[in-house]
Parts: sequence; structure tokens; C-alpha cells
Amino acid sequence: MLEAIGVPSIDALFEPVPAAVRLQRELDLPPALSEPDLMAHLATLAAQNADASRYAVFLGAGAYRHFAPGFVDQLLLRSEFYTAYTPYQPEISQGTLQAIFEFQTLVCQLMGTDIANASMYDGSTAMAEAATMACRMTRRDRVVVARSAHPHYREVLRTYADSLGLTVVEVGYREDGTIDAAQVAGAVQGAAAIVFQYPNFFGVIEDPRPLVEIAKAAGAMTVAVVTEAVAMGLLAPPGALGVDIVAAELQSFGVPVGYGGPHVGVLAASEKCMRQMPGRFVGMARDTEGRAGYVLTLATREQHIRREKATSNICTNSGLMALAATICMAAYGKQGLPELARLNFDKAHYARTAMEKAGLKARFAGPFFNEFVVGGLGDAAAVQRRLLDQQIVAGLPLGPHYRELADSLLVCVTELNPAQDIDALASALKG
Amino acid sequence: MTTPDQRDQLIFELSRPGRRAYSLPEHDVPPAAVEGAVPEGLLRDDVPGFPEMTEVGLVRHFTRLSTWNYGVDTGMYPLGSCTMKYNPKVNEAAARMAGFAGLHPLTPDEAAQGALGVMHALSQMLAEITGLPAVTLQPAAGAHGELTGMMLIRKHLTTRDGNPRKVVLIPDSAHGTNPASAHFCGYEVREIKSCARGNLSVSALAEAMTDDVAALMLTNPNTLGMFEDEICEVAHIVHAKGGMVYCDGANMNALIGKARPGDFGTDVLHLNLHKTFSTPHGGGGPGSGPVAAIKELEPYLPAPVVAATRDGLRLDYDRPLSIGRVKAYQGNFGMFIRAYAFIRALGAVGIRKSAENAVLNANYVRARLRDEYEVPYDRINMHEVIFSDHRQNEHGVTTLDIAKRLIDYGFHPPTIYFPLVVHGALMVEPTESEGLEELDRFVEVMKKIAEEARTTPELLKKAPVTTRRSRFDEAAAARKPVLRWKRDN
Repeated sequence: MLEAIGVPSIDALFEPVPAAVRLQRELDLPPALSEPDLMAHLATLAAQNADASRYAVFLGAGAYRHFAPGFVDQLLLRSEFYTAYTPYQPEISQGTLQAIFEFQTLVCQLMGTDIANASMYDGSTAMAEAATMACRMTRRDRVVVARSAHPHYREVLRTYADSLGLTVVEVGYREDGTIDAAQVAGAVQGAAAIVFQYPNFFGVIEDPRPLVEIAKAAGAMTVAVVTEAVAMGLLAPPGALGVDIVAAELQSFGVPVGYGGPHVGVLAASEKCMRQMPGRFVGMARDTEGRAGYVLTLATREQHIRREKATSNICTNSGLMALAATICMAAYGKQGLPELARLNFDKAHYARTAMEKAGLKARFAGPFFNEFVVGGLGDAAAVQRRLLDQQIVAGLPLGPHYRELADSLLVCVTELNPAQDIDALASALKG
Repeated sequence: MTTPDQRDQLIFELSRPGRRAYSLPEHDVPPAAVEGAVPEGLLRDDVPGFPEMTEVGLVRHFTRLSTWNYGVDTGMYPLGSCTMKYNPKVNEAAARMAGFAGLHPLTPDEAAQGALGVMHALSQMLAEITGLPAVTLQPAAGAHGELTGMMLIRKHLTTRDGNPRKVVLIPDSAHGTNPASAHFCGYEVREIKSCARGNLSVSALAEAMTDDVAALMLTNPNTLGMFEDEICEVAHIVHAKGGMVYCDGANMNALIGKARPGDFGTDVLHLNLHKTFSTPHGGGGPGSGPVAAIKELEPYLPAPVVAATRDGLRLDYDRPLSIGRVKAYQGNFGMFIRAYAFIRALGAVGIRKSAENAVLNANYVRARLRDEYEVPYDRINMHEVIFSDHRQNEHGVTTLDIAKRLIDYGFHPPTIYFPLVVHGALMVEPTESEGLEELDRFVEVMKKIAEEARTTPELLKKAPVTTRRSRFDEAAAARKPVLRWKRDN
């Protein structure tokens, strides 16, 4: 090969790199491992983690453990899917393209919207992008966000806002855990959007309708953030309630909690948002023989065409996780999703009752889906540590995120928490 | 590539009432009252449009779709700049271990030491590989890493001088996400022309580099496949005016173990774990875009970072100067495991050889095809080589035709019409994964296509002819976008 190139050595190929900066030693890395040694090493590391195979886990807070049929992961391992890239060549990418078209359709049906994009990195970045999109569409530079939205999501929004010169105003929650609509009405004047979570971070089900009214009256848009997509099997979809943009995390559908990622965000919205929406779209097309198929479309919004004027810099998104969500949504389907949602609702309500029976106190009285806040625990972080010894990950101590809730745990119950584990949690918390 | 069953209905059309592909765990609690518990009008009892399928129906549907795709496991995928190298299967098994996949992101640190161990070790290895000690793993993809890196620069300049400055300089050969990221970070973008050798023009840079310039965003090796050989002078010019050097590390696969960006004046760099470190591209993500920077920028990294303490590893949130969070939780952890496994499996020597073989393969393809295709920058390139359709244009054949014809011969086409500075560019990146026989087969097919361009150009115009669909009318698709299925479309 070197002869064909006309160079004497491999080193000659690196001559364009100035000698002064060519590395004159090997990198200082741990020694190479064989496959069995590598797997043994990783198994040792994996065993140091309190995962749900060995612990009773009651953590949710934006990442939910749900059952995915075994065939979902089997299909994800079809390497024609996972070793492909962005479908730039539609003739040999119809598998990915049709699956994304199905994804976009399922998301629209789930959220009650006209359009959905081909996915975003995750829910937090989707929310930040939704807010900036609302600013572009309204030509305003202030965003109102509920304090009852996911704390990490709000942090990401602030980071993005700082860099774009946007202002973020937070509005509080009421005694029952729902957003303070009166405060919203004041704050939303002149703002681009009101951003709230549905159900909110405390698991409480907000009513989007008054917020839509308030926003409309002020010429602002509404952004609903959905982190627990399974709730959409029970609750009216935001799009049908007049919400303009939905920023969702679909990890609940077939994507492992996986210590934080990869998950799968998505933006869904009314038709009028189409040209301002970041991310990719797949659309229907006809080939030269008139046969239907799918292509990436509306690319003029994207950075490789408009470069410095692009609506967003997002390029690679979360394709494979969107495929997982597509297969999982289709598997649950029309009957299964409401059934799954109902089971979550029932279990979480059983859990809250069990805790109240044990003498514990629910912090918020508002309606909830599969998460709720237990208060009056003293140092909630210490309680969580204590329960680790009993192989229970009890929930999320809220102190680091809400100083006023340092005595509270956010508890999540899904179909994967058996009743006996719930009973054990209630009695352990009672301590 | 094909199955006998070519049904192309969507799941919505295959749906039949009453079919199911799921089973739920035992309903071991009493039903709770929904009516009254949820505000009136906020309930739905149905998800209109959602399909009803059997398990076997769904499995066949998605298996059928998969056969209409082309992946690295199907064959050579020389998509320039995207680095479609082989994705080791052991990494998939590793990432699926229950202790990783089943670990909740908000698990208390003391109960997640193994996961934090992977993150800590990976950060240290990336610091060593790049020569840049301050590492964050949080960004979700390359472009997200660019944005994070530019935010670090903005924060640093603001803290240092009370002035973030206004302008970011970007070469005309850069990937489109560079200007978009700089713009999204509040900067005005100024383009710098490439010189005749395919590198950044040092004189143009010197002229453009004023006190207003926050940073130069440079891809090295650049998108023309060339190492910026005057990089030390370039960095000096930028630093002398108080600016920062941002390096887009999309092409780090050419350099790992051979040279370190930190040693040639880079202040901030992002890596694409899905390119250089073999994590799968997933049909368009998930990616992962860690950022590495000089020590001075460490205080600004997104919170949290993994810190080693006497009590073990901790997520450190106490970072008052941080730019803030760029993503929920800890980043795309599943990709960290795969990248970690890749580095641990190769070791220092294997890492270096991967870069050497990537560069060897790309130069071999250039040498073997330069008589048939125009090579706008015909000298030693790094991991990828750019051809153009200049000679084929004489016969009315364009880059698009060549790309589509490659499909008929069983190859994924290269990246086309990028970088924009080369008219009709074909950007070929074989990666280190291809052996000599495969490269030779690719070369022979490219030669055959060049021959066809001269003799039977109409064959190329019609290509591809072996796929289930021929070329699409993409312009019509964009004029009247149909972005979802409805019963009547």
C-alpha cells in the first residue's frame, strides 16, 4: 500500500503534522484487555451500582422504569438500523426513514399535535429549544417557566438563555403543588411563552387550559413539557388542549434509564410552527417511478444550508432511541397504553394510601399520576441513605432542588414495583 | 438486501382492532378512582390512531424495514467526516449490563460507584488522548459539544476581560454546525478563505484577527482531509490578540496516539464518541460530544463533574463559575461505556494503529483513483480524501450520479457536495476498519463508474436501479410537506 502511495513508511504519512507537535511516545493508557478480561472488568464495575435488578427502586423524576417487550431490544440490535447513519441516501435508508415517519405520526397522535420532528437529544434540550423557538416566533426575549418543571431542565434553559441573551422568569407552585396561575398572569405580559410540565415534576397533574387562556390573552405561546410520556395514556393530550408546543422526553417507551442517557427528546407542535422548528423532519416523497417513500425534508431550516442563520445547531439527534420508542409505542398500541397508564395510576395511588396509613404525609393534595411527594421526613437525604441498606432506593430527596422541601422525597411507582415492595417502602420510611 | 415480502404499509395500515403485542405485570393493587381524582376534561380513554398489532406482525414489520437499510455491517460505508468505522459487538453487550442500563441517573453517588468509575476513567483517558486536562462528558452530540465549548470561551473571556468579544472566525471549509453553534452562542461569524493548498490561509487569518475576535473555530485535520500544518503559527496569531483556539475534533480519529491538540495550541476541543471511539451512529444518533479544554477553563465546565474524594467518587455540583448545565443528568452514559470499552480493548498501541490505518487507507484510495477522478488537493491527506466530478462533468455526469451508481455496486456513497469549497465534492473516508481487499474492490468499482461515465452515462443518470425505490423528487416533497400519516393521505 505504501508503494502505491509512493511513501517509504507510515510515519511519512504524518509529515504534514509538524515534527514539534508529533507525539514522540505512546499514550499513557491502561494496558489493552482481551474481550473476556474486558467483560469481566466491566461486570465488576456494573456490580458496584444499585440497579433495579438488585434494589427496589422508587426513583422517577424524569427517568422512568417501565416494561419494554423483549422484542424491542432484539429489533434495535438489527445492525442495519444501529450501524447506519443519518439517512442522507434515501434509496438505501427506507427502513430508518419509514420508522421515523411512523415515529412522527405516533408522537402527533400521542400529543394531539399536527407535527412532530424526528427527535431531539433529550427532554431537557427539547424544552430549551422550544423556548428559543417561541422567542423567535413571537419576537420577544423573555420566557416564563414553572418552578414545578424539572430542575435540570430549567438549568439547561438558563444555560441556553444566557448564551442567547434571553431572560428567564420563574413562577412558583401553590400549596397543592400546581402552578400559581395568578402569578403566571402577571409574569406572562410581554413574554414569549409560558413553559410548564404536564404532569409536573412533583407528579401533580397541571390543568393546561387556564394557562393556555392566560397566554393567549397576552400574545404568548404555551410550551408543555412531558417527561412521563406514559401519562398520555390517561390524560388529554396537550395539543388538543390548545398548547402550541410540546417538548417531550420519550424515554419511558423502551429506552433504559441507563444512568441518564441516551434518552430521546422530541418537539411536537401546531402546524404554524413548522418552519421554525429545529431538528430534522422526514416527509413522504415519490420516486421517479411514482412509488411512495420517505426522505429527509425541509432541510432549508438546517445549518448545512443556511449556516450562520440556522434556527438551531442540532444535527445528530437520537435516532436509535426514537426507533425504540416507535416500536414500544406500537407494541402497547391503542389499548395497551391506556391500560399501562391505568396500572401506573393505580399503583401510585395504592402507594400513597399505604404511606398515609403508615402515618406519613403527602406533601401536595393536587391530582397526581405515578409520582408524589412525601413530606415530614426530617432529613430526607439521610432517610434515603438509611433505606439503601435495606436494598431500597426510596425516591429523590428534594432539598438540593427545592430548599423548602428538604424534608421531602419524590416517590415514583410504576408497573414494575410490586405491591409487596411498596408495602416494604412504606414501613421502612416510617422507620 | 431484500426479503421476499416487500409490503410497504405503515404500522397504522397493518393495524387490526383487538390485536395486542404486550403483556403487563400482575395488577396486584385495587383500582383507584380516576373520575374525580383528575380534573374534568383532562382524561382520555383512547389514543386515537395508535395501532393494534400482534407481536409477530410488529417483529416482521420492523425486520422488513431493517432490510431496506444499509449499515456498516452491510458493507463499506465511506461517508467522509462521519467516520463510519466498525462498532464492536462486545460494546453492545457491555452497555446492556443490568448494572449500567438499569441504573437510575439520580441514584445516590455511593450506590453508583461503578458508573462514576467509568466516567472518571474515561475523562482521564480523553484528557491524555487530547492533551487537554479539563473534560466534561455532558454534551449529547458533536454539535452540542461545539455549543458547550463556545459557551466556555464566552464565559472565560467575560470573566477575564469583562467582555465576551463579538466575532468568531470560521474557515469556509468548516462543517455547517460550526457557524450555527457560534451564532447560537451569540457571536457574529466571519468566514476565512482556504488557501490554494486546502489549508486555512494564515495571511487571511492575520488580517481578520482583531481585538474583537473571541475565537477561531478550526477543524484539524480539516474537512478537506488536510492537517493544518501551520497550526502552531495559527494558534500564535490568535493567542497574541487574546483570542481562543477552538478545535472541532470531528476528525480526531486521524490523530489519536499520533498528535495531541493540546500540544498544538488548542484551548477547547470537542470529540464525537460516535466517530473516533466507535460508538454506533444509530441511524442518526444518539451521539455523544465530550469537551476537553485547557486547565484555565476548568472552573467553567458544566456542572456536575466527577470528582475523586476520600469517600470515593462524587458528582460535584459546587461549581460557582460553571456555565451551567447543558443536558439533564450525566450525559449519554451508554455511549461512555462503549467508548471506554473501545479504548480499554485497544490500549495505547491499538489506538495509535487505528489512526495510522485510517490515514493509510485514505491515502491508498487517493493514490489508486487519482488517474480517474480529479483530486483538488493532491498531496498527502489524513483520514479522508476529496475527489471532484470535474472530469465526469464533460460527459454530463455529476457527483450525485456517481454516488447513486455506487449504491448499485453495493457500496454506501461517500459524503457528497461537502465541503462547499470544492465544486461537486466526493469525500471518501474508508476508516481503519476496511482491509486491503475491500479497498481494492471499492477502487475497481469507482474506476468502472468512471468508465461508464465516458461510455454509458445514461446508466449513471438512472442509478440506483437495484434498490426498491429509485431517486426521489425531494424538491416536490419539500414544497408540500407530508410529515405524518393520516387515513386519507
